[in-house]
Amino acid sequence: MTPQLALLATLDGIAYAALVFMVAVGLTMIFGVMRILNVAHGSFYAIGAYSAASIVLGLTAAGMNPWLVFPGLLLAAVGVGAVLGTLIERLLLTRIYTKEPVLQLLVTFAVFMILEDVQRLVWGVRPYFAAEPVYLLGNVQVVGIFYTAYQLILLPTVALLVLVGLRLFLRRTLSGRLIVAVTEDREMATALGINAGRVFLLTFVLGSTLAALGGALASPTTSLVPGIGADMIVLSFAVVAIAGLGQVEGAAIAALMIGLGRSFAVYVMPELEVVVPYLVMVIVLLIRPEGLFGVVERRRI
Amino acid sequence: MTQLSWLHRTVILALALGVAVMPTLYPWSQVLLTLALAKGLAVLGVVVLLQAGQVSFGHAMFVAIGAYSATFLGRALGGGDLVVVLLGGVLTSVAFGLVIGVFVVRYRYIFFGMLNLAFSMVLFSLLEKFFHITGGSDGLRVLRPTLFGQSLDRATFEGILFYLTLALALGLGWLVHRYLQSPLGQALSAVKSNETRLEYLGVSARHVLLVGYVVSAALCGLGGVIIGLVQGLVTPELGYWVRSGELVFIAILGGASNVTGAFAGALVFEVVRTYAAAFAANIWQMILGGVLLLIVLFAPGGLIALYGNSVKKLFARTRTEP
Repeated sequence: MTPQLALLATLDGIAYAALVFMVAVGLTMIFGVMRILNVAHGSFYAIGAYSAASIVLGLTAAGMNPWLVFPGLLLAAVGVGAVLGTLIERLLLTRIYTKEPVLQLLVTFAVFMILEDVQRLVWGVRPYFAAEPVYLLGNVQVVGIFYTAYQLILLPTVALLVLVGLRLFLRRTLSGRLIVAVTEDREMATALGINAGRVFLLTFVLGSTLAALGGALASPTTSLVPGIGADMIVLSFAVVAIAGLGQVEGAAIAALMIGLGRSFAVYVMPELEVVVPYLVMVIVLLIRPEGLFGVVERRRI
Repeated sequence: MTQLSWLHRTVILALALGVAVMPTLYPWSQVLLTLALAKGLAVLGVVVLLQAGQVSFGHAMFVAIGAYSATFLGRALGGGDLVVVLLGGVLTSVAFGLVIGVFVVRYRYIFFGMLNLAFSMVLFSLLEKFFHITGGSDGLRVLRPTLFGQSLDRATFEGILFYLTLALALGLGWLVHRYLQSPLGQALSAVKSNETRLEYLGVSARHVLLVGYVVSAALCGLGGVIIGLVQGLVTPELGYWVRSGELVFIAILGGASNVTGAFAGALVFEVVRTYAAAFAANIWQMILGGVLLLIVLFAPGGLIALYGNSVKKLFARTRTEP
């Protein structure tokens, strides 16, 4: 492997990790607060991506100012997260908070199956390309390699902003601290008068928006086909499991591990590309079952 | 899970008899029923794990392992014998179940579910990528095996396979029912209700779950071998996560607390799918998801509980009549 290829693989890996991180951090937050693994999280990613592609294609076709596509991407993410997230949390999830974990898992799995077909009905099976935002930002040169500014600068910047923003939000604001309180000890938090229902809704919408944001930002760099949601949910679960459930900063590191591992596999052993994330997960969990940064749950008798 | 009453026994036997005579009345139903029963065997495997409160989103991998290993064996032997192929497929599934099981039984709930999913995705992509061995996404043709050295024509083979599958479904259904009532099986449901207490009793929860896992792998493998033989073709799609989801779906549809639920669910599912797929192919998953939601929210016991309730109501009514 030449140094140039290695650099290329590194850049690919970082861009990919930025996207996976945004989705995974939403998943881990929702799990931390609600103790539900939301399988439908992958659908938010896919629907965010499709909506963003539609908006970008619509704006371009209408001949509007091309730079409007960036607010368009954001709008798609927030729209999908707020509307779909609120609907699902209020109509479905509120009914299952007291049920067994298996049933909770099955309900989100059912939502996932339904949303997969909704995507197919709305957007069809034809692949979508909406690379306008990538062309707009052009290429930059790094040590003799041309790389798109979108993937090299925009994606990692947004991911970092999400990481720092989440940290500040969770530590410094009232809503954020309420979320942390419910994550730490739901029973105690409700006993102190925290409205857990509102915290749940807030977390779910926030997490879903992050997934949709990951999708919206991914849409200019990949072709959108049915099934991207399924791949993403498994991948982001791998990130969450490696980091330890509920770990925000850990998710960033785990996403980097998976992103880099995958992009190097593409250049070295293309057959193993799909397998690498799971291999990393299996190895990490073999050594540390609670994840790299996770804490061991106390046993409740 | 309670003892089967005489009524339930009669109903089960009557249903089995009904299934057994179906192909003589309607020859087209034979392949459909064989597939449904084979799938029922695989679902039975998922049901065993559900007793412990664990749901696996990757059990179709054992279906694929059973189907592929039987196919490889059959091709290596130039067709092979039905008994050899069946045993080979099941034993390979057991071996894989042991190795993967030792690893995954250390985890519970989402970790358990998703690790199984991860393993199944690895297997799926390996089956797809190494096409010089596995035929890639086109799959492999399954050679028709002989029976005790006798070569069979297609119709006879399908007939034998159908009755064999029915017999296996009844026999293994009964065995699994006995297993779930045995101390080892009861310990399985203790893993669900309170694992710590189980450990205090001196029973290793991991060991209990591992036995359950291997049993479920064997059942899924057996189902896989039969599915491969009926279809005459094995593809990586057998082990795709959608198939795993289907197995869990059928288990919940039928009623996860009961052995008969697995087969009732599988029969209903296959029949509905055969007809629904024709006019609702685009929204098939949506229908499955919708039904799953309805069952989880409003009828957590599945078909079997619905049946049980209606039987109870019927009896209550006859008793109050003067």
